Amino acid sequence: MKRGPSWFNLVSITLGFAFLYLPIVLLVVWSFNASKLVTVWGGFSTKWYAALLQDEQLLSAAWVTVRVGLVSATLATVLGALAAVALVRGGRFRGRTMFSGMVYAPLVMPEVIMGLALLLLFVALRFDRGFWTVMLAHTTFTLSYVAVVVHSRLVTFDRSLEEAAQDLGCTPGQAFMKVTLPNIFPAVLAGWMLAFTLSLDDLVIASFTSGPGATTLPMRIYSQVRLGVTPEINAVCTLLIAVVATGIIIYSLTQKWRTGAAARAAA
Amino acid sequence: MSRAPAKPAKPKPDGKRLNIGAVRSSFAPWNDPNAVPLVRFEGVTKRFGTQTAVDDVSLDIYPGEFFALLGPSGCGKTTLMRMLAGFETPDAGRITLDGKDLAGVPPHQRPVNMMFQSYALFPHLTVEQNIAFGLKQEGLPRGEIAARVAEMLDLVKLTPFAKRKPDQLSGGQKQRVALARAVARKPKMLLLDEPLGALDKKLREETQFELMDLQVELGVTFLIVTHDQEEAMVMADRIAVMREGKTVQVARPEEIYETPASRYVAEFLGDVNLFETLVDAIEHPMAHLRTPEAQAGFYVLDDDCPAPGATVWLAVRPEKMTISLDPPPAGTRNVLAGEIWDIGYTGDWTNYIVELPGGRLVRVARANSRRFVERPIGWDDKVWVSFDPDAGVVLTS
Amino acid sequence: MNRPRSRAVILPALWLGVLFAFPFLLVLKLSLSDTALAIPPYAPQIVWTDGLDGLKRFVAGLDFEMYARLTSDRLYFDAYVSSLKFAATGTILALLVGYPMAYGMARCRPGVRDILLMLVILPFWTSFLIRVYAWVGILKPAGLLNAFLGLLGLDPVTLLYTPTAVQIGLVYSYLPFMVLPLYAALERMDHTLLEAAADLGSPPWKSFWQITWPLSIPGVVAGCLLCFIPMVGEFVIPDLLGGPGSLMIGRSIWMEFFANRDWPFASAVAIILLITLVVPIVLYQRQQARALEAGR
Repeated sequence: MKRGPSWFNLVSITLGFAFLYLPIVLLVVWSFNASKLVTVWGGFSTKWYAALLQDEQLLSAAWVTVRVGLVSATLATVLGALAAVALVRGGRFRGRTMFSGMVYAPLVMPEVIMGLALLLLFVALRFDRGFWTVMLAHTTFTLSYVAVVVHSRLVTFDRSLEEAAQDLGCTPGQAFMKVTLPNIFPAVLAGWMLAFTLSLDDLVIASFTSGPGATTLPMRIYSQVRLGVTPEINAVCTLLIAVVATGIIIYSLTQKWRTGAAARAAA
Repeated sequence: MSRAPAKPAKPKPDGKRLNIGAVRSSFAPWNDPNAVPLVRFEGVTKRFGTQTAVDDVSLDIYPGEFFALLGPSGCGKTTLMRMLAGFETPDAGRITLDGKDLAGVPPHQRPVNMMFQSYALFPHLTVEQNIAFGLKQEGLPRGEIAARVAEMLDLVKLTPFAKRKPDQLSGGQKQRVALARAVARKPKMLLLDEPLGALDKKLREETQFELMDLQVELGVTFLIVTHDQEEAMVMADRIAVMREGKTVQVARPEEIYETPASRYVAEFLGDVNLFETLVDAIEHPMAHLRTPEAQAGFYVLDDDCPAPGATVWLAVRPEKMTISLDPPPAGTRNVLAGEIWDIGYTGDWTNYIVELPGGRLVRVARANSRRFVERPIGWDDKVWVSFDPDAGVVLTS
Repeated sequence: MNRPRSRAVILPALWLGVLFAFPFLLVLKLSLSDTALAIPPYAPQIVWTDGLDGLKRFVAGLDFEMYARLTSDRLYFDAYVSSLKFAATGTILALLVGYPMAYGMARCRPGVRDILLMLVILPFWTSFLIRVYAWVGILKPAGLLNAFLGLLGLDPVTLLYTPTAVQIGLVYSYLPFMVLPLYAALERMDHTLLEAAADLGSPPWKSFWQITWPLSIPGVVAGCLLCFIPMVGEFVIPDLLGGPGSLMIGRSIWMEFFANRDWPFASAVAIILLITLVVPIVLYQRQQARALEAGR
């Protein structure tokens, strides 16, 4: 739209974003507050962060979470990308509706139900619940998100590039590895990051599928949060936000830089 | 349209005209019974769902030929080419290359290369890497690849741009990279899908001649798909005109223009005036045709004209008609009287649209070979349009 | 219909078959079983060594006892109704907040638009749990909101552990899901349509109802479904912000599971929840499929 925003537009944008960001900003501010009270500013302090380093339980939960996240995001990226390729390039195969239903259903499935179903599976298979079951569960629900991201990129990907590669001597598999993958890589990377953060954030599914010794960070935060606001938890949350925000900003800057460089060169 | 009108050829005693068109060409392997075609399409058919994209097409393309598939969009020309490249499989018929059946050979094993309409340059690779792509697949040694890439860059005059990415090139440069990449593997045949479609008019004309030079230099057989008749006429040795999945005429550009096989071909290539007529009498090799539009009827040269009583169409190109402000002697044949309805001045030509008494319009083109004209023709002037007996073609379909 | 042209389908299909489709059959089976005292196994069980007879006995052992219990217990019926109410109200509120936001964003300059879009997406990437938790500090009796009201000389309000807090949490958490599809629909819109309408004599407020709103309907539908479906099954928000009075079905399943350890009953509750959501889920999937086909 060419016409600029009106005052009404500006007010709704401002209020909307204030609503979205105020709680997050407050959380960050509280984490540096020397006072335990949210209404009193006791001066700037990093003591809650120092306290974190002493909390063995929290640190081990964080370590479990990162490991689950790395493994499940990687697996989910491979599976999700394959699913997207099958949906875009597979043609109208038998069972396509069933398959796409399975791929996209986890996106809208209530987490409680996903968690319950997976728990029953692990019980039926007599799996000891712990790190691996959480990892499998996270791979299953995050692969759908990867599939969506890669799917939307593949749809706009010029099919003739793959044909050109085959014309120049590549088998279909080689064409995918040498031409398609490098070009859709930003989407695959975005899918990985999404899967990783979703795994990092998940409380419900992890609670159902985890066992003793595999408490994840959100589970740990949850058990503390139920007891009320604590400054240590504010500090953990701030760190988590910082990690994710940094990742996103670096990612979008590299994307901007790439497209910007291309635009400058073409001009 | 600066094409020079052909001089009427002298009719041989049996009515066959010796030379068609204004171009003399000695390259004609399709007339040589001993010549072996490079590519043979034999009864090739391809259906997409209920739609028949290519319908029982048989074609021979000879080594060294510059062959064009010409037709409107959706006529099946691209599908035919993609079957040769291996991206589509024929439902019936077979395609052979150098005598070998191509059925079941995947695209990457076919000794043909394609230049895509969108160019399909790999955006993540530099110009150099794009050209080297196919050579690396062949597993050539590094030094040889580098040498060939340098040679190709030189051929398309892109050496200074070797390290650029495709999105840093202009349209014309992209087109040349796509060309270099496709010919780098020295294919037996180069397939070009609308190679000039994305270029502007001026660049397109330059590139046409570059492509022709390149084809001679490389000695590679070219198969081009285009919907632009001028492009096909300028570049191709032979043209196959396609319509609804079928080839309607396969011949040299001059033959297609001067002796179209049907009204469809005549109308698809250039402008034409078509008159529905009745055969009155045959006076071999001449024929008398009757039509309400010309009082004295038509008298034309045609040795295959059907017997009297048949309905035929006479096709006359606008540039083969003359227009005059003075009436010819009464009873002169091949004369149409009318009034100027519209005049279009294009610089090199002037197009006159003449309205005949019945209301139908006839188009006459006159080359502006003089800067000054004694009696210019104006709107609503009464004019007489005439043409020579050998100016028109009798069409039966 | 034929074999998939791509072998890529094999791995994800196997994975999802084992870890997604099969577990749902287990939930269904369990919901028809009887509660045993210990945790698994539950009666009846399939005894594979008995062959067909075993299977028959298994099927005969299944019953709808859990579902019967579900209908007799007011508590669960109330939880369903209040879940649907919470979700519907939350969706409408999110639409009311989100539409003007998305509309304003679509009217900004492209550079600004990209930044705003990233700002909408960013909260989606930050932990759900953390964002909900942040509201505890704002809404609690000695929290920031009451301190602020005190400054203005107003009486403090009790919000935390009330349905209002749950409603705020729902709108807040799902707002990005509403704004994104709305923005996508509004941004795609050709601004010359509005100019054409103005040229044809339509005043701006009328143009909005005659042109902008009808064209943004697909975005509205997508946004509403994207908010409504997960809101119904929400657990974290009612658990952290709601009191005992804020019944929601997701929380009930959790309680049955972790507090009461009644797995068959929890499964029955889950199946009913799933059945409730089938219609909106199918609607959403069909709309997505259409959008994908159109995008081609």
